Amino acid sequence: MKLGFLVDLNLCMGCKGCEVACKVENEVPLSSWRLRVKYIDIGTFPDTSRSFTPLRCNHCESAPCERICPVSALHYLENGIVNVDSNRCIGCAGCMMACPYGAIYMDPETNTADKCTYCAHRIESGMMPACVVVCPVEANIFGDVEDDHSHISQYIMAHQGGVQVRKPEKHTNPKHYYVGGGTYTLDPLAHQRLEGHNLFNNITTLKHVGDPNHGVLDRFLAPFVSHAEHDNKSFMNFDNNGLESHEQEGGH
Amino acid sequence: MVEHTIDATHAVVTLDVALPGIIWGWMITLNMWAKSIGTGVVFVAAYLLYRHNKDAMPNLRWSMPVISFIALNVFLLFTLVDLHQPYRMVNIFLHPHWTSAITVGAWMASLFTLLITILMVIGLADQFTEYFKRGCKVAPVRSLMSFASSKSATYEKIFPFVVFLAIPVTAYTAIIMAESSARELWQAPTEVMQMIWAALMAGSAALILVSGSWSQEARKDLALILSVAVFFSFAMYMGEYFFSFKSSEAEATLAYVHAGGSYNVEFWFGMTLGFIAPFFLATSTMKNDNVTLLRFAAILALVGLYMAKDVWLKIPQMLPLS
Repeated sequence: MKLGFLVDLNLCMGCKGCEVACKVENEVPLSSWRLRVKYIDIGTFPDTSRSFTPLRCNHCESAPCERICPVSALHYLENGIVNVDSNRCIGCAGCMMACPYGAIYMDPETNTADKCTYCAHRIESGMMPACVVVCPVEANIFGDVEDDHSHISQYIMAHQGGVQVRKPEKHTNPKHYYVGGGTYTLDPLAHQRLEGHNLFNNITTLKHVGDPNHGVLDRFLAPFVSHAEHDNKSFMNFDNNGLESHEQEGGH
Repeated sequence: MVEHTIDATHAVVTLDVALPGIIWGWMITLNMWAKSIGTGVVFVAAYLLYRHNKDAMPNLRWSMPVISFIALNVFLLFTLVDLHQPYRMVNIFLHPHWTSAITVGAWMASLFTLLITILMVIGLADQFTEYFKRGCKVAPVRSLMSFASSKSATYEKIFPFVVFLAIPVTAYTAIIMAESSARELWQAPTEVMQMIWAALMAGSAALILVSGSWSQEARKDLALILSVAVFFSFAMYMGEYFFSFKSSEAEATLAYVHAGGSYNVEFWFGMTLGFIAPFFLATSTMKNDNVTLLRFAAILALVGLYMAKDVWLKIPQMLPLS
């Protein structure tokens, strides 16, 4: 069994339901994403179009992250999933340097590397990944690529010639496919990323990778000295963490 | 309008999440820089011992391992400090994954540091025999040094292994970079040679700083090694900078330097201070033995090397991968 993922970009409508479902299912902290949907506008007004590209771990058959991990925190499961053992991870960020798809992040709560696992915990109990279940247009197709009768295999066969993977020149043999994509959606160098021109925010680079509330010394002292907890819940508690409330900022 | 600024594909990202930015920062630069010194002094010392009589370099036997020991510990410390989970460093030894150059490098660097420590203890024990016999008040240290002094011949037996081990220890970072398949600029085989030249450059520069009492001929050789190392290192950087046709990713990465800005300034400052100036200063001192000028060249080379490594480490991390 070799599990794979296919996204039909012709169907994706950019609702970000998969992004949110992934965050909820895997308790992905604020400022981190296992899965994200990128919007790209193509053409010159008035001949423009918008495309949506869901991006997640490609679960490569020859995964550079697995190869570089010094402690096997990144490892293969029998079904081909590249899984993460956050209890073993030393936080060297080697996997982040190795992944050609930028799919790995440093969890700010655990200070360890994390990424999409195709919801390995759900697969184990016979369920589909959360992003597949939530997709309203069934653009996410998941299954065994070695089984000729699986939905994903049938889909790949039906769209022969139109199935793409990201950065094939890296020879990582990704198990994540796209249908209906183009160079401008799958190649990050084929589109421009302008600082400060995102729709909903103007932040394009994180200042700190890992726990922003931890300095270098804190990392050493953490096991011995308790510190103020900053997790998803504490972000909701504006009065306690000293941040201005929405009203104080002039909101309603 | 934003969309009018795109000429190639007329494609622009209009909504995305924040990207991680630079993950391996100044600590990794310092780590590589210190490692270059730690291994480089071994290479240069081996060459000098082959070329000259020991008497021409009276403090080399103990100062070389002392410099190497300090540099290696800086390197190991910042390797540890850069980890997000520093206490789990032990997993590299308890759960090693041998396809990772990080693992192989950590084991080799640890063994190398152990051997250098032995050389340092023997070297210091031999040099300061009288002090450790009479002046030292700490009994365990006195006993250790007395024991080390009795094993003086071990130094010469271990030294060839240390020289041999210094080669993979200085080059393994290039293998880590080659394994970092997302960063095309680091993929080149030239990275290995760049590490070796950096080691020779940093090693000769560090030894120049302690070569005041050495013979003129030995110092001339140090100046020669520094000149050759900075020349070839500079030539390699220039080759990458002007003639890099490896991939679109490498080209896009180098655009961060080509386009001006802070990395352009740092890179050219590094090239001028660390490579061009030391080359002319060092070659000029080969004719007239000017210790002060040679030391100045050595300090410039060490500063410039840090700056060059810093730029080369950071710019590939700024390229969006997705």
